[in-house]
Order: sequence, then structure tokens, then C-alpha cells
Amino acid sequence: MIRAVLALLLSLWGGMGSAQEDVVLGLSQNRVQINARFSGSEILIFGAVKREAPIPETPLEVIVTVAGPSAPVTVHRKDRVMGIWVNAESVEIDSAPSFYAVASSGPIEDVLSHTEDLRHSVTVPRAVRSVGSGAVDPAAFTVALIRIRRDDGVYNTLPGAVDVEQQTLFDTSVELPANLIEGAYAVRVFLMREGQVVSQFQTAIEVRKVGLERWLYNLAHDYALLYGILSLVIAIAAGWLASAVFRMLRS
Amino acid sequence: MQIYLPIAEVSVNFFTLLGIGGVVGILSGMFGVGGGFLITPLLFLAGIPSAVAVATSANQIVASSFSGLLAHLRRKTVDIRMGLMLLVGGLVGSAMGVYVFNLLRELGQVDLLVRLCYVVFLGIVGAMMLVESLRAMRRARGQTAPYKPRRQRNWVHTWPAKMRFRTSQLYISAIPVVLIGLSVGILAAIMGVGGGFIMVPAMIYILGMPTKVVVGTSLFQIIFVTAFTTLLHAVTNHTVDLMLALVLILGGVTGAQIGTQIGLRMKAEQLRVLLASLVLLVCGKLALELLLRPEELYVIGGVGG
Repeated sequence: MIRAVLALLLSLWGGMGSAQEDVVLGLSQNRVQINARFSGSEILIFGAVKREAPIPETPLEVIVTVAGPSAPVTVHRKDRVMGIWVNAESVEIDSAPSFYAVASSGPIEDVLSHTEDLRHSVTVPRAVRSVGSGAVDPAAFTVALIRIRRDDGVYNTLPGAVDVEQQTLFDTSVELPANLIEGAYAVRVFLMREGQVVSQFQTAIEVRKVGLERWLYNLAHDYALLYGILSLVIAIAAGWLASAVFRMLRS
Repeated sequence: MQIYLPIAEVSVNFFTLLGIGGVVGILSGMFGVGGGFLITPLLFLAGIPSAVAVATSANQIVASSFSGLLAHLRRKTVDIRMGLMLLVGGLVGSAMGVYVFNLLRELGQVDLLVRLCYVVFLGIVGAMMLVESLRAMRRARGQTAPYKPRRQRNWVHTWPAKMRFRTSQLYISAIPVVLIGLSVGILAAIMGVGGGFIMVPAMIYILGMPTKVVVGTSLFQIIFVTAFTTLLHAVTNHTVDLMLALVLILGGVTGAQIGTQIGLRMKAEQLRVLLASLVLLVCGKLALELLLRPEELYVIGGVGG
């Protein structure tokens, strides 16, 4: 952890020396391991603001986002055709993160200006990218996707979840749900003054399956036929075993 | 207790899955149906993605059917000769069914077709069985002597290529047997089930097999059809979740043993009334879903196209 922070400090010195205020970030863990008993994980995200100049007059606000791997998603809308409800129209949304959380030190609309949101794609509606085509009202499909995923608890907006102390230290925690998919989860931190981004920092949390989960997943994809046969052998063996056990119990 | 499933990529309660496996296992043992028409919707409800649910339930059906079959083999209530003839048709049929399924998927709306298939076939089969078995029960109550089914001579007796099926006490043409296997195979592949709920009534009402033999024989051929389906899903779509299958199997094989015992203690007519009501119940639920306005009009489709 300390080594990571030092490495960050060094890189900051090298790269972003010109910015007035820089982020020094720490994570409670930069790797999440999914095993069979995985039931979600809480990530603590904390850091400090490094500056050479005195603290400016305007208050400092902090926004933290965590985004899961993005993928295109098809959204269907049901419609009544000949008395039955069928998937009528569908829209392909170009890119939607599998998980998204925005934590901010205040109400997001106060902390973040609209133009900065457009530029950095901070809020949930901006994180879902859709060019929109085909359907009469493509925006409705994007809204529906966000609503469904918010109700499932994978898209979260957490106003006031970031604590900022003396314009220098900040910390928050983001709950990763049990239904995680693998990949790099991008963590972004924005330092905000008067709705403008004054500095930003990005890192990633690596989410990976381990142990038996990893082994089964690899087998299923790399040796599909072997995996299929293994599934059948296990099924037959289990069926036989249960039959034998029950016969023993009865006699 | 939560368990993370590596292929489905969701975390589900261990005991929920065990319970689903157990309930379906009991039904499988009682009625000789694979239970695919029940387990797949139940897995959807538990939050498993549909592709994984369909593929993995096929694998689970192999296990529970095998466990049930062993119990029936010991009681000599399996007509292996009949089962093999059905299987010949069944494997050809399921290969044809998979072809049709992929063709329809390219055209879109395969989801709707599967649902309509469920509603239509479950409805017809359930209603026919219910009416017939209720009538049989009433008749049995009216008579003092045990009811003996009248052996009608219909087309299955007059066609050529006759075979003797000793266990079923039948001497009928092999052609309708293979044809039944074929059509059930096609439907099974399209609907993603073993096809027992169509096979069982077809054996009773078309072939005139005794009900006690029907269950074991149906299980016999379901094992091969679902094993074939499992392999196909594992190789082409990588959607068989072994972890999920293990938990379902654990519940399923135990349930199947219990179910076989229950089934042996009940009258054939009662069994048929129960199976018919169950089939109609699932049919009704699926029909309502198609007819009523859904609460959420939007559905998220498969990730990544």
C-alpha cells in the first residue's frame, strides 16, 4: 500500500507538476478475488490533495466514480401484437458499464456543471453511451436500461457519500455487489471547484475469479467438449450414487 | 449461504437452488417427466441468466432421470426395447429441432415461439390428461371390479413392421413409435426440455402402454436426449454451469428417489390427475404473462449482442 502511494507520488511529480492541485489516492484493495463464497465486497477509497500553493477560497468538492467493464446491450420494448405481449422494438445501446457508482461530497447537480459532465461522462446517464438508431424514441430505451439496472442495485448515485476534511483529505466507500463480472473496474477521482474539474486521477481495481471458479470457467471455455463430458459423468455418477444410498437406507 | 456461480456470474442462495433441485427431482421420480418445463422458469426466478438456466437444467435432468431410472430398472418397469425405438426417432428429431431453433433465432422472435410452444402444448396435453384421468377415476369408483383398460385396435396395430414389446405387453408397429420419438425430439430441442410431459401422454394414449411402464421408459429416453442437449450447449454456447448443476443435482437425485417411492404408492389415475393439474398450472402462468400488460415494458437482452 505504502509502496503504491509512493509510486503514485513519484508519477505525479513527473507528469502533472503543472496542475495546481493533485490527487494522491489509496484503495483498501486494488484486487477483488471471486471465489465460491464471494458475496460482495466493500472498497474503501481515500486520498489527499497535494498542493504547492495556499488553499483557494472556493470550497473543494470531490467526486469518485467506479465503473465496471462496458459492453453493448440490447434493450427490447414489449408491445401488444394480436392480443399477446411480444418484444416489438429493440435498440442496441453501444456501451453500458456492468456496474457504475458515483459518490460525491455534495448533491451532484451542485458539485458538477453540465458541461463538465458532458466532457468527463461522470453521471450515470452519461456513462451509458448510446448513439441511438432505429427506434422512434431511442432515449426512452436508455432511460429504461438505467432504471432497471438502478433497481437491480448495479447503478448507484451516492450524493454526500464522500467526506472531505479541511479541503485536503477525503474518503468514501463503494459497495461492490455479489453479482460481479470479471474485468478492470475503473476508479476515477475528480477534484471540483465551482462545478469545474480542477484535477482528476484514474486507477483500476482488478476483479478476477480465483480457485475453483477460475478453473471451471477456463475449462468451460478452453476445453468445451471435455467440460461437457465431465458434466455428464458427474450427473450420471450422482444419479447412481443417490440411488445406491437410498437402496442401502431402505434395506 | 450465498454461492457464486462461475459461468452464470451471479451469486445465489445455496438453499434456494437445493430446494429447486429437490422439488423438481420429486416430480421427476413421480411422473417420469424430466422437469425441464418447471426447473427453467424457477431458475429464471432465482436470477440465473436464461441461457445458463436452459443449458444447466438439461444437465440436471440427466442426473435426476438416471437416479429415477435405476429405481425403475430394479422394479422391471422399463421397456428398454420401446425406449431404444423412441430414442432412434428422438435423436434425429432433436438434431432437426436444433437446426430449426437456430434458423428461427436468425429471424428473431425465437423467445416468443418457445413461449407459444409451451402454452399450446402444455395446454393441450394438460387438458387432455385431466379430462381422461378424471373420467377413469369416476369409472373406477363406479365399478366394484378393478378397472381394466379396453384394448382398442387403432392405427398403431394395423401398420406394418410390427414388433413385440414384451414389457409393455404390446404387439404394434414400430413406425408410430419412431415417429413419436421424432416429433417429441423436435419439440424438446425447440423448447429446451426433455419432452417427458409430451412423451408420457403419447405413450399412454397413442401407443396404449401401461402407465407403470411408461414412467421408466420415458426416463430412459429422456436421459439420452438431455445428455445430447447438454453437450451441444457446452460446446457451442459455453453456458453449462457445473457449480449450479452440482447443487441442483444434489437436490434433484435425492428428490427423484423420494418421488419414485411416492409414485409407486399412488394409483395411476391419481398420478395423472396431479401431473395434468401441474402442467395446466405452468401453462396458465405462461399464458397470463403473454396476455397481461407487463409491469416493466422494457427488457434487457443478452449482453454483448
